[in-house]
Amino acid sequence: MAQKEMIIEAGRDESQYWRDLWNFRGLFYFLAWRDILVRYKQTVVGLSWALLRPLITMVVFTVVFGRLARMPSPDVPYAILVFAGLLPWQFFASALADCSNSLVGNANLVSKIYFPRLIVPAGSIIVSFVDFLVSAMLMAALMVYYQFIPDWRILTLPFFILVAFAAALGGGLWFAALNVRYRDFRHLVPFVVQVGLFVSPVGFAAAVVPERWQLLYSLNPMVGVINGFRWAILGGESQIYWPGFGLSMLIVLVLLITGIRYFRKTERTFADVI
Amino acid sequence: MATNAITVEDVSKRYLIAHRTGQEIISFRDLLVGTGRRIIDRVRGTTADHPSHEAFWALRNIDLAIPEGEVVGIIGRNGAGKSTLLKILSRITAPTEGRIRFRGRVASLLEVGTGFHPELTGRENVYLNGAILGMSKAEIRRKFDDIVAFAEVERFLDTPVKRYSSGMYIRLAFSVAAHLEPDILIVDEVLAVGDSAFQKKCLGRMQQVATREQRTVLFVSHNMQAVQSLCTRAVYLKNGRIETQGGVRDVVGAYLASLSSTQSNKVWPDDAAPGNDYARLHEIAILRDGHFTGTYPSSAPLHVEMDFTIRTAHPELSLGFDLMNSEGITVLRSYQTDGPQEQWPSLAPGRHRLRCTIPAGLLNGGLYYLSPRIGLHNIAWIYSEDAVAQFEVVLDHSTSPMWSSTTDARPGLVAPVLPWKTVS
Repeated sequence: MAQKEMIIEAGRDESQYWRDLWNFRGLFYFLAWRDILVRYKQTVVGLSWALLRPLITMVVFTVVFGRLARMPSPDVPYAILVFAGLLPWQFFASALADCSNSLVGNANLVSKIYFPRLIVPAGSIIVSFVDFLVSAMLMAALMVYYQFIPDWRILTLPFFILVAFAAALGGGLWFAALNVRYRDFRHLVPFVVQVGLFVSPVGFAAAVVPERWQLLYSLNPMVGVINGFRWAILGGESQIYWPGFGLSMLIVLVLLITGIRYFRKTERTFADVI
Repeated sequence: MATNAITVEDVSKRYLIAHRTGQEIISFRDLLVGTGRRIIDRVRGTTADHPSHEAFWALRNIDLAIPEGEVVGIIGRNGAGKSTLLKILSRITAPTEGRIRFRGRVASLLEVGTGFHPELTGRENVYLNGAILGMSKAEIRRKFDDIVAFAEVERFLDTPVKRYSSGMYIRLAFSVAAHLEPDILIVDEVLAVGDSAFQKKCLGRMQQVATREQRTVLFVSHNMQAVQSLCTRAVYLKNGRIETQGGVRDVVGAYLASLSSTQSNKVWPDDAAPGNDYARLHEIAILRDGHFTGTYPSSAPLHVEMDFTIRTAHPELSLGFDLMNSEGITVLRSYQTDGPQEQWPSLAPGRHRLRCTIPAGLLNGGLYYLSPRIGLHNIAWIYSEDAVAQFEVVLDHSTSPMWSSTTDARPGLVAPVLPWKTVS
């Protein structure tokens, strides 16, 4: 077999980048595996944390928004309404936060070893996805408890999960790349996530937002994702505002594409500035 | 036909250094202020430059051709561009100019144990580190037993590595790296740690990789001894350019000659004394009867004196020096802790001056370099720099008429006069 040849050249984008990404899939797998292993090491309840956090949040939101504030619900148990929003939101929030810190957190790798840098932020999302799957089981249990039967729309759920992925990755890539150079983002991201929880329809149905603000509200990409989740899980009762949903999807797409581009553009200097 | 495993053509690397603040990390505010200024400039129509960054060429016009199967050492002072070259060759950072061509699978080892996670067990870390170094899962599984046996940590495989001793940790980390099978191996100074027995094992392993398995190895080191014994060729980098390249002896000789201040002592100002929170070195000198002469007869004892400050006492602190000859071969190493423990000089915090005596009639004639070696024994180096001072020895310690013609040097590293007696 002829020996593999490789060329590094100044100023040229290595054409083998995407192929490299495929070649390094083993590393992607191992990094994700490491983060999952480490996440609950030396904890007493271990993976149960992935159940406890959404469960407690759900109870608090149900009490605060459903009982105390008496927010309207489209004829489904308020707990399920909240949980259907909480599920994508918690995935997005933790994926975004982990993704943003992933490069700085793996600085020793970035400055000592070559690999397509996209692996690190992408791998960090997988960890949040595992938590998401655990929470999803809780959701299923909740539906059994309330004897709530979803209709055919539940089959579209994977699509919305994919959108949530794209939104987290898009935003996460931006923040991860910027965080390498400007550590300000380390403080900004938790703030964004915190505020995001209240400006996204997590504890309440998006329908409470007045009609004329709906389109503006949909500029928040998570509005589309959460509405999509509710539409898929809650079935017939839940309505979706399609123009807004389209706008959210567009924002997610733009975020993802520009995120990848900015990341790729700055990637070569990561090792120098990290 | 001999082909080149690595061809480096006209490679340069430029860094931008924040000039104004002197900080390496540019804050977000700087960006905003900078952008604001640029907008104002554009509006005003002025294009005044705000020179907040200065270009610094870490490497300039490097041309190298490394034939297949060759083991090449890269030497040079700190800041000469060795690490930058290594980072470019390992694709961690991109060159500003030029191109590099590789033939074959490249693996680089800039640090042992990159990506080791303290919370994970030895077993898990072997897999993780293997993947980071570019091994496939099947490959790691195949070599797993060898790796563990080489590291001698079989019993602790399922213990988190944070509970390992530093020696075990390094052994395991190096062992994973030692089982890489690339065509081209790029290694940074990774052997500077670990106990000496394991260091020897690692050097042996590298030698085996290089000679028996016919791989191309690029080896960066401060350890002239290791470079001499491993490499056939060497490249000497100075201020980002190639100063000399060629046979390893000539290049190491040229490097050492250029390093030394041609003085027989080296003094650091107090605010620039090298070291850390344990010890800082102020002076190292070689004298005879309290005088520097530069040239010393071998018939008189010589004194190496080290002047230093102990900041924090540490039981493992070793202070000493290597004596190297003009070819970079270490003739001897001496530490204050070489003798019986009750005779060690006590080193309480404060300033000290220690004197070591090199007996008369030991050294051969020739040029010698003094290299300070300060470290925590088997833990870490505090300060280790090659050839900070030099001196010459003239051979005159034998009154034998047979020696009268030999004034420069006899064969051998040392030239003691040994006793001879008639037995029968």
